[in-house]
Amino acid sequence: MSAVTKEIGGANNGGKRVIPANKASKWYPAEDIPTPKKARKTPRPAVLRASLKPGAVLIILAGRFRGKRVVLLKALEDGTLLITGPFKVNGVPLRRVNPAYVIATSTIVPVDSVDVSKFTSAYFAQEKKSKKEGEAEFFGDEEKKQKKVISEVRITDQKAIDTALLAEIKKVPALKAYLGSSFSLSKGDKPHLMKF
Amino acid sequence: MSEEFTTVNGSAWRHVEVGRVILINKGDYAGKLAAIVEIIDHKRVLIDGPVSGVPRQALPLAQATLTPIVIKLPRGARTGTTAKKWAEAGVDEIWAKSAWAQKIKNREIRWGLTDFERFQVLILKKQRRYEVKKTLAKAKRSA
Repeated sequence: MSAVTKEIGGANNGGKRVIPANKASKWYPAEDIPTPKKARKTPRPAVLRASLKPGAVLIILAGRFRGKRVVLLKALEDGTLLITGPFKVNGVPLRRVNPAYVIATSTIVPVDSVDVSKFTSAYFAQEKKSKKEGEAEFFGDEEKKQKKVISEVRITDQKAIDTALLAEIKKVPALKAYLGSSFSLSKGDKPHLMKF
Repeated sequence: MSEEFTTVNGSAWRHVEVGRVILINKGDYAGKLAAIVEIIDHKRVLIDGPVSGVPRQALPLAQATLTPIVIKLPRGARTGTTAKKWAEAGVDEIWAKSAWAQKIKNREIRWGLTDFERFQVLILKKQRRYEVKKTLAKAKRSA
């Protein structure tokens, strides 16, 4: 318990007095107050599979881009992967994906020349909506009418990444067409026995 | 009896016989060749493949496929003799040249392809199909 030294007025009061910083309560609460549980463990940074190297071509298995072949740019600090189609090739934008829902292939696109330093998980954080009260807000009429506008920053960033990545992709024949095609299983394919 | 002779041709079947080279298709030695050195009964044979790395052992015929290759072997030939006769007959060379061995090899190559390589095969097959169709259409038009 920390203590505080306080100046005390009055000639006969000794000038100073040491008192506890937080005064103890005079009574116990009648009912138990739940105290939050103390976490004694710290979250460890996510460890990725060895096959998830920057530049690896991934196959996305879930979500609206399932089956698409995309390029892994880097692993983000929140345990997700930063990927892009590139957007110009197959329509997959700069996006975060869960590493559990991808297959890593052994094909590698060199991405050393692509600058991805500005992309962090904060970059992808959604803007907080201002809380407005009222019926219109509640029914969401306003939002429905407005189409989602993609910010200029995102568009320019995407274009910069795409041009840098396409320069690398064009060096390998058929690689662009490969990224443009989507993955699917056909009759007799056994994904657990296939090499990617 | 007349003096005419009738010639009897044997069947073209592959027989279970001493010296017949077999392809093992089950167990530790699956995919390897061995020669039959002795017939044990109607279901099992004694095999030996010193060159291909198959130790002398009894093998159920259900676990083997007969190849068209037959080498000259005495009954119950020992491992040394089998190795000598195997090399003399050039079994490995004959086998490597056969369409059967080629097919097995190709299948293994196809299994080992990566995703990108499979895509390249797909493109090449498309190109081949296109060329074949084009030539066929041309031939039909001229005919």
